[in-house]
Amino acid sequence: MSVELDVFVGNTTIMDKEVYQLWLNGYTVNDAVKVRIEGGVMEECEASAEVLLSDTMDQYRTFQMCERLLHHPAKLANQLLFQIPPDRQAMLIERYYAFDDSFVREVLGKKLSKGTKKDLDDVSTKTGITLKSCRRQFDNFKRVFKVVEELKGPLVENIRQHFLLPDQLARDYAAIVFFANNRFETGKKKLHYLTFQDFAFCAGQLINNWTLGAVDNIMEDMDVDLDKEFLQELKDLKILITDKDLLDQHKSLVCTALRGKTNVFNEMEANFKNLSRGLVNIAAKLINAKDVRDFFIDLVEKFIEPFSLCLLYMGVIKSCILRMYHD
Amino acid sequence: MPGKLKAKIVAGRHLPVMDRASDLTDAFVEVKFGNTTFKTDVYPKSLNPQWNSEWFKFEVDDEDLQDEPLQITVLDHDTYSANDAIGKVYIDIDPLLCSEAATVISGWLPIYDTIHGIRGEINVLVKVDLFNDLNRFRQSSCGVKFFCTTSIPRCYRAIMVHGFVEELVVNEDPEYQWIDRIRTPRASNEARQRLIFLMSGELQRKIGLKVLEMGGNAVVGYLQCFDLEGESGLVVRAIGTACTLEKISSTLPATATHPSNSSPSKDMKEPGFGEEAPGVPLSSGPPTPLRAQTFSSFSPSKSYSRQSSSSDTELSLTPKTGMGSGGSAGKEGGPLKALLRQQTQSALEQREYPFFTLAAFPPGFLLHVGGVVSARSVKLLDRIHNPDEPETRDAWWEEIRQEIKSHAKALGCHAVVGYSESTSICEEVCILSASGTAAILSSRFMQDGPLDTEHRLSRQPLCVFSTGSERVEGDMGSSASLGFEEVVSPGCGFCHIPYDELNIPFPAQLTYCYCCRRYKVPDVLFTTIDLPTEANVTGKGCLIQARLCRTKKKAQGEGNATVISNLLPFLEYELHTQLMNKLKLRGMNALFGLRIQISVGETMLLGLASATGVYLTALPSPGGIQIAGKTPSDITYEQHISNMQKKINDTIAKNKELYEINPPEVVEEIIGSPIPEPRQRSRLFRSQSESSDEVSELDLSHGKKDAFVLEIDDTDAVEDIHALLTDSPTPAGFYSCNTEIMPGIQNWTSAIQMFTSVRVFRLNANLTNQGLNKIFSDLCENLLKSLYFKLRSMVPCCLCHLNFTVAIPEDELIQVAVTAVAMSFDKEQLLENGKQSGEKTLIKAITENDEQLQFNLELNAETSAPNPLSSPKGLSEVGSHLSARDRCSSWIEQLKLKAHTIRRGSVKTTSSMEKASPLPEGRSRSLRSNRSYSGSSVAVVKMTPLSFIPGAKIIKYLGIINMFFIRETTSLREEGGVSGFLHTFIAEVFAMVRAHVAALGGNAVVSYSMKECVFMENPNKNQAQCLINVSGDAVMFVRESELESTSVQTQSATTHTSNGAEGT
Repeated sequence: MSVELDVFVGNTTIMDKEVYQLWLNGYTVNDAVKVRIEGGVMEECEASAEVLLSDTMDQYRTFQMCERLLHHPAKLANQLLFQIPPDRQAMLIERYYAFDDSFVREVLGKKLSKGTKKDLDDVSTKTGITLKSCRRQFDNFKRVFKVVEELKGPLVENIRQHFLLPDQLARDYAAIVFFANNRFETGKKKLHYLTFQDFAFCAGQLINNWTLGAVDNIMEDMDVDLDKEFLQELKDLKILITDKDLLDQHKSLVCTALRGKTNVFNEMEANFKNLSRGLVNIAAKLINAKDVRDFFIDLVEKFIEPFSLCLLYMGVIKSCILRMYHD
Repeated sequence: MPGKLKAKIVAGRHLPVMDRASDLTDAFVEVKFGNTTFKTDVYPKSLNPQWNSEWFKFEVDDEDLQDEPLQITVLDHDTYSANDAIGKVYIDIDPLLCSEAATVISGWLPIYDTIHGIRGEINVLVKVDLFNDLNRFRQSSCGVKFFCTTSIPRCYRAIMVHGFVEELVVNEDPEYQWIDRIRTPRASNEARQRLIFLMSGELQRKIGLKVLEMGGNAVVGYLQCFDLEGESGLVVRAIGTACTLEKISSTLPATATHPSNSSPSKDMKEPGFGEEAPGVPLSSGPPTPLRAQTFSSFSPSKSYSRQSSSSDTELSLTPKTGMGSGGSAGKEGGPLKALLRQQTQSALEQREYPFFTLAAFPPGFLLHVGGVVSARSVKLLDRIHNPDEPETRDAWWEEIRQEIKSHAKALGCHAVVGYSESTSICEEVCILSASGTAAILSSRFMQDGPLDTEHRLSRQPLCVFSTGSERVEGDMGSSASLGFEEVVSPGCGFCHIPYDELNIPFPAQLTYCYCCRRYKVPDVLFTTIDLPTEANVTGKGCLIQARLCRTKKKAQGEGNATVISNLLPFLEYELHTQLMNKLKLRGMNALFGLRIQISVGETMLLGLASATGVYLTALPSPGGIQIAGKTPSDITYEQHISNMQKKINDTIAKNKELYEINPPEVVEEIIGSPIPEPRQRSRLFRSQSESSDEVSELDLSHGKKDAFVLEIDDTDAVEDIHALLTDSPTPAGFYSCNTEIMPGIQNWTSAIQMFTSVRVFRLNANLTNQGLNKIFSDLCENLLKSLYFKLRSMVPCCLCHLNFTVAIPEDELIQVAVTAVAMSFDKEQLLENGKQSGEKTLIKAITENDEQLQFNLELNAETSAPNPLSSPKGLSEVGSHLSARDRCSSWIEQLKLKAHTIRRGSVKTTSSMEKASPLPEGRSRSLRSNRSYSGSSVAVVKMTPLSFIPGAKIIKYLGIINMFFIRETTSLREEGGVSGFLHTFIAEVFAMVRAHVAALGGNAVVSYSMKECVFMENPNKNQAQCLINVSGDAVMFVRESELESTSVQTQSATTHTSNGAEGT
């Protein structure tokens, strides 16, 4: 005695936001039912577990049928199979393309290849995000990457148009694509303290200022790749540390600009030469792809760490001296 | 050669990848009609081809235009091997043949493949140029309008209701032909789809011819069904009600203010040429007297003989003998009811079957209702040897219709309304069922044939019909001079018994009507029709279902048929008892929309009766249910009984509260017969019912009524009680009914959600009857519960037109399919009504869309214009309508005064009353909330099984939608199992219906129904197949809010003028 077949089809496709989220999170039907029961929907609506199971299965089936459309969000608007109000469509797309920060930190800058996909179960165990959800997020990254890779024009705008994503989400995807394309190393232990949003901010800066699209405003501009010519020219910055006059001039300009704007100004001023050397060295090497990948790690190792070491040192010394000084 | 069909293939999109190497497709299109085929160029390497073809022109007979669909096939060109078919689109061009429907089909239509489902879309343009047919022996019936709607369509007015039309055509089922063994499933499915398209086209054409012969121009309540008889063939049959409809001109103010406008339409009605030219004008708008537009005359008898009718039902049209007596009756003024009946009867007796598939009527048409009549017969199928002479099938149906007719006669009725027919087939056994409601109709819509002048005079007022209740009263008054002696209150008139009370055909208890106190009414009333809008109802209604499952022995052939025949009466009796018990449990006294479905399987019979229970104010309050034990000696046993009794009493009390059933207090002496006290109980025994057409099972032997006693010793009774108490109440905020409207709810918002839900349940072997019953009942209950849960976001809402269909697809499987619409309403304005007779209907008249008002005004203008005699009456009718509105507002004031006396806890508030009172606001309140979405590239198409869309006005009927699809898969698991497969298929069917409606220029389907959903699976082979047949009326509607700005002004203007007229 069993229900062999159980379907419900509405003229307007009925989708429950809560169940959609459970589906996106990769819950099995049974787990989803459990979560819903705990959520108290049964008491609210005088429903039984049986009803809840039937509803959940039905919704899951609907989402699975929609998934193929969600891969090409533009199709969702002019397909005929499901009648979904536009606001619902937007919700479906936005949530489908949403990702977990903890997941994206794991794959940011990695090649979006099959190899990486194979390792997703490790990512899943590490982050506690279901493998299913990891795969969806990974596939989303890959899909967006593939579509915009060869497209001309501004990256964020391309993503927004092709995937009908809201502005912030489109920017985040631009960062992911940019990182994946340039293979920036983000997984080193020293970089662990940085959040995805930190990187996304940096990516935004890089896209806006260092890419081909940033320099030329011609039609064929590309936002995905760094401007090689620009990187080549960065070599010339070495002069800032080799030439004593220029070094002093650079220092005085920077100090004038930063005076009063940072509370570590004195430390900065005192260590300017070291800091500047670190930066210029990083810049000069960027022409090598390998060094581009290490851009962020270099920034941390050669600039932020020495600087904060120095800050730490200075701070301790300062407090000791103040203590030791008995006038 | 009277027609030219033109088609243009514009573009395709979302095509599937047909060439794995390039991930692209080289698509081209074949356009086929009849035996002519055109091809587009190949559009290479694209999934979004732009063919932009020339116009392909087909010059064809209009007969073919009606029968054949336009067949569009999209293929992938392959240089080296055979071209691969991507999919097909069948386009029914019938809507283009009627001038009042669509003019062009244009839009994106899904490309459908029976194996793969929808595979992209194609953009096409289709037009038809029709030439006038001067052939008197024509076989086509172009221009006859078809409506699935079982009431007069919203933007039409019935000039005449001619009566029953039926037809059936048979063919061999391609699935069972020898060739099927060697061809692919796809080829077989396509052959079947195409054949059914052809057959339904032919059927429609033949029905159309009959309608033309009768002098009508439309079929309303068109019900077409397929009988898949397997080896013995495929039967497509249809029934409907032939009518002469006239479009209510959309330019209302013009017609209302210039009565002269209506004279041409009057001319059209003129029966003078009814005989010679019952043809249908091809043009829309007010028909002009220009005869060029109508088909020239033909002799009915001649054309009839030429027509190779497959149905042997002779439509006995003897026009000349028509209405002589009726005419004189009209002149005499003051003959008795009997005479009136005679007159109507003679009008009806002209027809072999005085049946009407309508379920809702113009007010005044339905005079009295007798009760449900039904007939069933069990037949053994045999191969149909000659498809052109399907005599046996016709004879079977004729037999059943005769039985129905005689049942109706036994109830003192001359007509059957809400009539429908159905079949259930298992192997070679077929159960044929027909049911309807015996009724007495007013003769006014039914006189056909040539009429003499006197008659025309008497007919004048007859056409004056509106839906406002007040109007009916006026109308009745006016018609009294023409032969109606009784002036019946419209709210209760239909409840008055039509049969002779001294000669009651079955035991029933009669009391004087609780509304008018003048006529007798039965204690319960079962009907298959919708609740008349003017009916006085107390409280709300609810869905009532009786469910029954009975095992039967496996048998073959004749033996099997005998077993089934023997079981049927018991099954029906049980269902009836269950219905009666459940009705009483809810404290109600009438059933509407009763539909009993009996489904036969190899080892069991399923019976499902669904209806909407209401409390009719005119009928006596139902008594309770009392349980009696036969062995009262045992104390524990008695305790058990008293517990049960308490439970039942509690449930009744709870239900009364839930459905707001507080009938007005009745003063006893007025009636003169004992009024049952709710507490008063007496013992009754279940009477032995012999046939299903009985209205009541009550035995009169004890003289007193009211109590319904269940003997607990009776195992059936235990079962009954169990069934009674297991029905769980609907969750808060939900109501349900299987009729069009729910009494007590008017303030619908525009939020509607149509849905279909299907469940298949596998049973264990060796279940007892009780076990089966419980499973079946639980299956239905759980399905309902799931629906309530699914639709919880729409609360407060009502599931309307809940249509259950059950089937036994194979041994140990039960399939239940439900199609219904959930409609939200404003809780704030839940009106408590039914307190006084007139009030509710008045409100209803106002809340219903303004179309009624237009209807009225135009009618008045029209009737007053051509005939000076009737003109004062016309004016006074405007007056009466107006005064109705005045009275309404005064009533509202009255209510406001009373507001504080209304019981606490009622949702009604004074503020909501205020909202409800003024007309424009009253109308607009149903319009707030979700407007249709803009910005989407796909037009929103609403679907509903109802004949209307809340908060909107249907401005055009674009034609009937009648689609048949087959879907098959050989990769069931990959498609998500049986549920995944069917889910996709139903979604695809919806999508195709919507796309075709949008292509016709419509934005909604009304009276939608899924008439067939045959699902077969073979999980071992990873295969499944499903057939779905859907139908409905494609319409174009506008939101009332959009109309408002223009119409309110004009309306108030016209109201003022008529207000002046009232003073005179």
